[in-house]
Amino acid sequence: MAQLNMVQAINQALAEEMARDQRVVLLGEDIGRDGGVFRVTEGLFGRFGAERVIDTPLSESAIVGAAVGMAACGLRPVAEIQFMGFTYSGFEQLVAHAARLRTRSRGRFGCPLVLRTPYGGGIKAPELHEESTEALFCQSPGLKVVVPSGPYTAKGLLLSALRDPDPVLFLEPTRLYRMLREEVPEGEYTVELGRARVARAGTQVTVLAWGSMLERVLKAVANYDAEVIDLLTLNPFDAETVLASVAKTGRVVIVHEAAKTAGFGAELAATIAEEAILHLRGPVLRVAAPDVPVPLARLMDHYLPSIEQVKAALDEVLRY
Amino acid sequence: MPEEILASFQVRRLSILDEQGHADPELLPGLSDDELLRLYRAMVLARTFDERAVALQREGRLGTYPPIMGQEAAQVGSALALTPADWVFPSFREMGVHLTLGYPAVQLLQYWTGDERGQKTPENLNIFPFCVAVASQIPQAVGASFALKYRRDPGAVAVYFGDGATSKGDFHEGLNMAGVFRLPVVFICQNNQWAISVPLKGQTAAQTLAQKAIGYGFEGIQVDGNDVFAVYRATREALEKARSGAGPTFIECLTYRMADHTTADDAARYRSPEEVALWRRRDPILRLERYLAGRGLWVEADAAQAREAAGELVDAAVREMEALPAPAKEEMFDTMLASLGPRQAGQRKGR
Repeated sequence: MAQLNMVQAINQALAEEMARDQRVVLLGEDIGRDGGVFRVTEGLFGRFGAERVIDTPLSESAIVGAAVGMAACGLRPVAEIQFMGFTYSGFEQLVAHAARLRTRSRGRFGCPLVLRTPYGGGIKAPELHEESTEALFCQSPGLKVVVPSGPYTAKGLLLSALRDPDPVLFLEPTRLYRMLREEVPEGEYTVELGRARVARAGTQVTVLAWGSMLERVLKAVANYDAEVIDLLTLNPFDAETVLASVAKTGRVVIVHEAAKTAGFGAELAATIAEEAILHLRGPVLRVAAPDVPVPLARLMDHYLPSIEQVKAALDEVLRY
Repeated sequence: MPEEILASFQVRRLSILDEQGHADPELLPGLSDDELLRLYRAMVLARTFDERAVALQREGRLGTYPPIMGQEAAQVGSALALTPADWVFPSFREMGVHLTLGYPAVQLLQYWTGDERGQKTPENLNIFPFCVAVASQIPQAVGASFALKYRRDPGAVAVYFGDGATSKGDFHEGLNMAGVFRLPVVFICQNNQWAISVPLKGQTAAQTLAQKAIGYGFEGIQVDGNDVFAVYRATREALEKARSGAGPTFIECLTYRMADHTTADDAARYRSPEEVALWRRRDPILRLERYLAGRGLWVEADAAQAREAAGELVDAAVREMEALPAPAKEEMFDTMLASLGPRQAGQRKGR
């Protein structure tokens, strides 16, 4: 089994699925000859041709909108938006159309598209290149929101997303693209959408994280008896796994790099309060970014949740 | 170095049938007598449906409704050039297109009462749901045309929108992409000259909307949108061109919204009765009747008969619609996803 980074794992998933299913086509900016700004689609243009790896004009709304039409008309489009901050141009197409097409047509037209986009901070890139606004998209029933945390889950989740009959926003944690290497099986395997993963077993405190923060959380909990849950899918999220862990530990820390207010952590905390409050020994704590626009590189260390902040939150809940 | 002219462009306008019902024999699209009468009846059906829908809204039996009156030639003429295999992306004011393609009148009424079951397009048609977000259907139509081309499907795509849509970003993004990839799509703009209260000159400083296509590298043509022959001919030619692989066309149907924007609007607040009266004289049905009369295919009694037949069809649809059971609560959930998430599944059961 090969040790792959996340870029390679995603590339492999795309290549294998394109070979298996003629309906899969890719579209986006610079994804063809150039292989994508992060080289995620490297080699696919040469292998599958311009008809299936489509270099589009600089046109985010039309990329997402065209993917909606393609999906309804029998293809399995995979749209790439270069950075999450540029999905805002395609937001209407995603939220007002992709997420609703099945409902609006009362099941006549499905919308099996995948929108891949790198997200998250810590890569020293210009403005709007390091956004983490996943919660915006989780308020859109009909749209699945998936966030892998490493190469293995990236490939398995992407294969599931590519075969899902409904639209999936697939957020790739940019900071981890080449940081982590894992054993990634060649060929067929999937990681189920809507299922969380216990990334580390423990008994004293439950830590909920996803995507880019998982790597940091696993470092932070090294000397704690903490159970770390990697959500993997935010919408629909796996409440069952979360609540089972909370019932066991009675303590919760939620870590996300999005701004705190109305971040996805709020949904998790509210669900725990509704369904598991009698298991709690102390407050549910959130470690999140402050409620400010994502800063550029020089302030990024003050913005992203740090290992120390996670440890401080663990220490606090463990006092109860 | 002296300046030079790099390119110069012309914008064609096609007009075949004038207000008096005189047609240019060179340009007539060659429809048989039966086809002409079918065209006429389809326009009368569109008008009748519209009148009934407005009346039903006034009686509280229909929700807010956007009338199509005045745009029957643009809608019926273009739809008649389409085949059921083609893909159609409507805005929200295309009931004449739907009816001409055979979309059940009962479902149209159902939708405008607020029952979304009316949006489930019958399996033999490829009509997208009504699109209320102006212009956002345009990139989707472009995507569908990508898919048809990729699948070597002989169909083409027609996307409908109004003059207001040409001010939106999705109009630009969609037409630009269609031009780059020479896609089999026809952009049909019903320029009814009013986007709610904003007249055409408030949307654009351009002399025509048709000329916008030049910037995307394909042909734009203006047709007299109240001339059903011109609309039909231009659409048929554009569809043939699309199917032959020669790329997209933009058709500006210059017409007029004779009624209010919707039943919640009062157009008298922003436009003059003289202007409306001028366009009433250009009524697309009136001029077709004059033409048919000149051909010996129509007498006054035929109008009453056509209206009566259309009225019976619409009245039957109204009765059918009003007899339908109200949608159940589960209806909100049952088609939203191929399989519901656990929370939605609980909510569906009332938890």
